Amino acid sequence: MAFFLETLIGGLMAGMLYSLVALGFVLIYKASGVFNFAQGAMVLFAALAMARFAEWFPAWTGIASPVLANILAFIAAGALMFVVAWLVERLVLRHLVNQEGATLLMATLGIAYFLEGIGQSLFGSDIYPIDIGMPKDPVFLFDTVFPGGILVNQEDVIAAGIAAALVLALTLFFQKTTTGRALRAVADDHQAAQSIGIPLGRIWVIVWCVAGAVALVAGMIWGSKLGVQFSLTTIALRALPVVILGGLTSVPGAIIGGLIIGVGEKLSEVYLGPYVGGGIEIWFAYVLALVFLLFRPQGLFGEKIIDRV
Amino acid sequence: MNQKKIGNVVLDVNNISLRFGGVNALTNISFDVREHEIRSIIGPNGAGKSSMLNCINGVYTPQEGSITFRGQTFSHMNSRQVAEMGIGRTFQNLALFKGMSVIDNIMTGRNLKIKSNILLQALRIGPAEREEIAHREKVEHIIDFLEIQAFRKTPVGQLPYGLQKRVDLGRALAMEPQVLLLDEPMAGMNVEEKQDMCRFILDVNDEFGTTIVLIEHDMGVVMDISDRVVVLDYGKKIGDGDPESVRNNEDVISAYLGTSH
Repeated sequence: MAFFLETLIGGLMAGMLYSLVALGFVLIYKASGVFNFAQGAMVLFAALAMARFAEWFPAWTGIASPVLANILAFIAAGALMFVVAWLVERLVLRHLVNQEGATLLMATLGIAYFLEGIGQSLFGSDIYPIDIGMPKDPVFLFDTVFPGGILVNQEDVIAAGIAAALVLALTLFFQKTTTGRALRAVADDHQAAQSIGIPLGRIWVIVWCVAGAVALVAGMIWGSKLGVQFSLTTIALRALPVVILGGLTSVPGAIIGGLIIGVGEKLSEVYLGPYVGGGIEIWFAYVLALVFLLFRPQGLFGEKIIDRV
Repeated sequence: MNQKKIGNVVLDVNNISLRFGGVNALTNISFDVREHEIRSIIGPNGAGKSSMLNCINGVYTPQEGSITFRGQTFSHMNSRQVAEMGIGRTFQNLALFKGMSVIDNIMTGRNLKIKSNILLQALRIGPAEREEIAHREKVEHIIDFLEIQAFRKTPVGQLPYGLQKRVDLGRALAMEPQVLLLDEPMAGMNVEEKQDMCRFILDVNDEFGTTIVLIEHDMGVVMDISDRVVVLDYGKKIGDGDPESVRNNEDVISAYLGTSH
């Protein structure tokens, strides 16, 4: 039982991290109807910036306190993501108003390659650590209930807490504010949104900023766990099945989709793995996503696809 | 019925010419719109009616000419500025936010008017909540007015066409525009739906005092509800005046019925 719970919790924590990346996809899709292929590159770019700034600031200014250096690096990386968002609107999206979804998708593919390239030429292409003082030691919980207790990674618990707070804030933003409503409106119809006075350009900057901030948080947590390296971009590919499962338009869907996939991966690896020779973790998410595409293409919580004929 | 007072000129269109490459969509068009009137732009298919509307709405920028709205003259503007100045519009091919409910669609029309702090809005506290309620009340009023109470929570994508047209009108009304541009509000409707729409247009004009600029190619409907009519053909103005004089205008008759040579 304790072992099962341990696996379950491990899966939930891994899932939380997938969710964070998936959230970036959902945000941009919900607010502009664009499937943003660059989300993975944004995670890498933000994490690289954060890691390098935290390293450079003390060297440049002689700040001794690592906490202060980290805070400054976080702010600087956030500002950089704002600049990225602004440039994306200025140079790319503005010229593609009222275009087909596929056109915008291709544009984000271009942005992805650009960010990957420029990120590495600005910040280098080694593996960089992010040390934000996360406690690395695992703790044992419930050792009165189960013999030996359950092993839980403190770092994961904190990451889960951050992710939960982020989701709550974003849900309120989308459902309760005028800007949130404007974002949803823009996603549905650019021209109509403009006709009622929604400033398209500003809305796009806002949503890319928010997605950039989410990418920064995701990159920071992943980076602190595994170090910042080029392979971070492939995490975006792991988040793809998550959004298919949860629904492209649903913030809660991204979270629950992430958790299901995290838990499913771990449980199937541990309990089914021995029978088929292991390696389930690698393909489990994609197979699950395929099944969903067949039977419920809008995902668990996505908006129902309405087609009048 | 005909006691409403028609005021001064609010919208003045001056010598507008619009070209797409070698195609002259509009050539030297001038007309004015007076306060509280229902002004129609009619013409056969391809006459340039929608282009004219899109120029006023700031979607297209005409190569020549200017538009004066309430004393301010513009040679080009964008859709957002136009919305801020108080010109609302509906669309010929529905452009609603399909995934959102009727209420949310109409609420988006009030976006420009909601001023409270985004943090307060997210938490629904204090002034933000009062403001939201006040705007919601206005929206409920519009929903009652358009008789779509039963569908307020329905995603608009699921509504039949005629009702979607009403939601489109409702969203534009929520802006409380001074001038409302209607792009073929009756296109694709059956007779009953057309009558309903006519009634709504007249009521909007009457109750809210909104000036209406209307595009339509169904002549019958237009003649019944308009105060004055502009007729376009091949991008040129061929007639302008009250429905009766336009109906008897030789050029208009030949444009619609063809001429015998």
